[in-house]
Amino acid sequence: MQAHQQIVDKAVRLIEAATDLATLDQVRIDYLGKKGQLTQLLKQLGKLPAQDRPSAGQAINQAKQLLQQTIAKHKEALQQQMLDAQLLSEKIDVTLPPRGQRSGGLHPVTQTFADIQQLFMQLGFEVVDGPEIEDDYHNFEALNIPEHHPARAMHDTFYFENNLLLRTHTSSVQIRVMQDRQPPLRFIAPGRVFRCDSDMTHTPMFHQVEGLMVDEHVTFAELKGLLQDFLHLFFERDMKIRFRPSYFPFTEPSAEVDIMGDNGWLEVLGCGMVHPNVLENVSIDSEKYSGLAFGMGVERLAMLKYGIDDLRIFFENDLRFLKQFS
Amino acid sequence: MKFSEQWLREWVNPDISTDELSEQLTMAGLEVEAVQDCARDFHQVVVARVEQVKQHPQAEGLNICQLDIGDMNKLNVVCGADNVVPGNHYALAKVGANLADGRQIRSTEIKGVTSAGMLCSPAELGLGEDTGLLLELASDTSPGADLQEVLCLDDHVIELSVTPNRGDCLSIAGIAREVAVLNGAKLSPPDMQIDTATIENKRAITLQAAEACPCYVGRVVQGIDINRLSPTWLTEKLRRCGIRSINIVVDVTNYVMLELGQPMHAFDNDLLNGEISVRYARQGEKLQLLDGQNCNLTTQTLVIADESRAIAMAGIMGGLDTAVSKQTVNIFLESAFFSPRAILGRARDYGLHTDSSRRFERGVDYTLQRTALERASQLLLELCGGEAGPVVDICQSEHLPKRRTIVLKAENISRLLGIELDSKLVTEMLQRLGLTVTENETGGWQLIAPSFRFDIDIEADVIEEIARLYGYDKLPSTAMQSGLRMHPISGGTQLHHLCQLLVSRGYYEAITYSFVAQQLQAKLFDAQKAVHLLNPISSDMGVMRQSLWPGLLMALQYNIKRQQSRVRLFEHGRVFNLDTTLRQESVISGIIYGKVYPEQWDINDISCDLYDIKSDVEALLGCSGQLSTVSYRNISHSALHPGQSIEILQENHVVGLMGSIHPAILTDLDIAQPTFVFELYLSRISAKSTVKFTKLTKFPSIRRDIAILVDDDVAVSDILKCIESCSSKWLDNLELFDVYQGEGIDIEKKSLALGLTFQRSSSTLIDEEVEGMMRNIIHTLHSEFGATLRE
Repeated sequence: MQAHQQIVDKAVRLIEAATDLATLDQVRIDYLGKKGQLTQLLKQLGKLPAQDRPSAGQAINQAKQLLQQTIAKHKEALQQQMLDAQLLSEKIDVTLPPRGQRSGGLHPVTQTFADIQQLFMQLGFEVVDGPEIEDDYHNFEALNIPEHHPARAMHDTFYFENNLLLRTHTSSVQIRVMQDRQPPLRFIAPGRVFRCDSDMTHTPMFHQVEGLMVDEHVTFAELKGLLQDFLHLFFERDMKIRFRPSYFPFTEPSAEVDIMGDNGWLEVLGCGMVHPNVLENVSIDSEKYSGLAFGMGVERLAMLKYGIDDLRIFFENDLRFLKQFS
Repeated sequence: MKFSEQWLREWVNPDISTDELSEQLTMAGLEVEAVQDCARDFHQVVVARVEQVKQHPQAEGLNICQLDIGDMNKLNVVCGADNVVPGNHYALAKVGANLADGRQIRSTEIKGVTSAGMLCSPAELGLGEDTGLLLELASDTSPGADLQEVLCLDDHVIELSVTPNRGDCLSIAGIAREVAVLNGAKLSPPDMQIDTATIENKRAITLQAAEACPCYVGRVVQGIDINRLSPTWLTEKLRRCGIRSINIVVDVTNYVMLELGQPMHAFDNDLLNGEISVRYARQGEKLQLLDGQNCNLTTQTLVIADESRAIAMAGIMGGLDTAVSKQTVNIFLESAFFSPRAILGRARDYGLHTDSSRRFERGVDYTLQRTALERASQLLLELCGGEAGPVVDICQSEHLPKRRTIVLKAENISRLLGIELDSKLVTEMLQRLGLTVTENETGGWQLIAPSFRFDIDIEADVIEEIARLYGYDKLPSTAMQSGLRMHPISGGTQLHHLCQLLVSRGYYEAITYSFVAQQLQAKLFDAQKAVHLLNPISSDMGVMRQSLWPGLLMALQYNIKRQQSRVRLFEHGRVFNLDTTLRQESVISGIIYGKVYPEQWDINDISCDLYDIKSDVEALLGCSGQLSTVSYRNISHSALHPGQSIEILQENHVVGLMGSIHPAILTDLDIAQPTFVFELYLSRISAKSTVKFTKLTKFPSIRRDIAILVDDDVAVSDILKCIESCSSKWLDNLELFDVYQGEGIDIEKKSLALGLTFQRSSSTLIDEEVEGMMRNIIHTLHSEFGATLRE
């Protein structure tokens, strides 16, 4: 009896002294393996007198179980230690900057377009597009601006041969869409427009968003409601807005919309009810249908929203400028 | 239009402040752009009568003037101006006076003579331009009186932005009419004496182009004294309205134009030859205008002529030959109606935009000509003497503008404005506006616009007037009422994806001008296809861009000059090419320069090359879901490096270009490192197709790697295509994982390492099957390309 007790005691000491899995496994082989010391004891059971065998066998089996448990427990502890050590060794400075490509950014004009589009798309406005080199008919004539109309003086126009020109406003898209389709119509047309003018506050190219809705019973009251909602949501604040009478040849009544800025009223867009002549020009019955139209300068809105004070910087494409909007 | 508030208030004077008046005008559609004091501030400047002028004993050119400044006070000042005349009245800045420019006047000694103040020029008081002459005051001003009060300088200059439809508001009378309407106030025009004729002299008038000039009123005024000074009240009013004083006759005609809105002209009657006619210019006819410009007249130009020549460009500017001058004694005054059609465009054709053309283009009240002529005569006779002949009033009324009857329906007011208005209120507003109003028995109105309004022609015009008078701010504001329908998602969404993709790959979006320098573009693209602007802003912006590359290259150069060493930009927009027709295609383009990655701590970075931009291009093309239909072809392109230029094809159609910018072009642009660009034609890229799902297989795949040796000039894409075509459908994936040239390999050969993955969906492939496929592939590669397995 004492023999196996001594073996067990020694084995437990060895198990507890093992500092790695290999040593621990060696201990298991040495005591519990095929030729292990406890295994040997079991094999020698047959040499004992018959009446002693059951009790001796039981004792050895208990000893075996004890060693198995001890080994398993110690193995678990060793594995935990190793994992802890591994985790400790793998600690890195998580504050180092990331690796790889960095994102760029969209131009503030595009971001402003996107903001405007999102708001109008909620109300079912489509986004449509039109050519930038236009003819006189779509840019002027059909919009109730005949040749020599004084309003043409407000549009310093770039011309090409064959009576073609660079569109001076996105209103030309109104005509293209209305020529193709019948009411109800509801769309916005964002895009580049051009005026032959260049100084501190004018660039020869800028961007506009034109909006048009034609249906039965479209009213000036809806135009007011639509644009008031738009301006509040676009600028993300409550502010004073006023509609004041103005003149565009293609709308009647016409209005300019001003918002209250830090130093008084600021003009932000023009709008009105589509002029009956314009509807007639595209064969829409102005007695049955009415329309609202509006047009806004995108750079102007972007300047007000982002606090940009120089129009020309939009087209310099200075990365230091572009990075501010990413 | 600039005008004097005081002058307006002589016509109509509602009990409102200047601010309220401005607000009211703005909200009525006459936007007030600025309100300024009519003169800069000055103090202690008084009227002084010159009693005596003596030559300064010590200084030639200087005079000692003895002045009467009222209450028996006399004092002496030294003065160098030429126009000091004893008996005349001038402005004296007394000792202690502050002038408009901030100067303070002290008593000074000028070469032994004490000057107790200073006689002032208009410029010194901020009342005009510097001419070196003293401000002369009218003889009815009292010596000693404060100049601020004498000149009524407690006035504002209000600047209106008058829209082209409101030509009727280009006069004091017109603005006053509007203010009276807005306030329900009464107009009080000045007394205008009629029938001032006292002599028989007259000049016959014929209208040879009555549709262009249906009404011409003229008269002779004889024996005027043109050298009389215009009184200060008149020049001050002109000044405050932005018009310079010229001489008494011109000042009076300008005054009447400002007051009533009728442009007028005065000819020197002694320089005219016979009858006056209004006609179109003859072929080759010439006219020298008042401003000295020599004009070759076109036959579309309406002129005033006498029997020998054209003497004025009708409604725009008079001729120099017949202009009034200091020698003029007798004048012929003109007051006419020219139809807007006859004037429109002419001013532009000749580059002449005058106060007169501006008014005629927009429409002048066609009942005003005689009144204006009488008004001008009255002022002339009063201010510079003379006697007026009878008025010759030639009018062909059938050619005057017609005012048609406009029918206004009550339901259209609410249909357009979204408000029901009381019909009595509507009638009242329309009457106030000067329309002739007849109420229909069935409801609604029949209306005739007044002769001064050229912008009320149809029902919508009337509804605008109602809205304006009712007040835009008072009109209701409602939510949208109309029915919503879904519509297909437009292509714009797709473009937004492409932009976002490039942003996440490190690009910034640029927006460059649509017009570029011809010189640069011609180096990159076929100049024959360029579209030229007829009136560019500068030669740098002379042609429409044929590609976004010129703009992106300029943006790159701009940033390199600002010390940027790594640039990735993209842009989308239209490009313009003349083929058989003009094409305006939408493209998306990019440019990369510098290192592959931004500077960072853990990447030993290399400079970007063609394969970097190709990866971005494939990412973009991948958005269509049809990358497998894309192929590339080496081409020759003037913008690109001949060995690094690619045409991108999809289903054998060219959808874009990419490559390395030609080194010679980079040198021209001072760009030091290789630069890579791409351009994709958005409309040519296949639309995104709906994905069809393939079942996932549960059977394992088998991979075989091989390395083959081929000639250096064999295109890898040909090898890959060959493998794909000679493999069975079980080749699931083909990866090129190494390309090697150098040690251990013959010169002119390259080694390609390929990984082939096979998989069958119905059962597990066995090794023998795969070996068979591999043998077939290697055999085919050998026979097609002479490829050998690398040992």
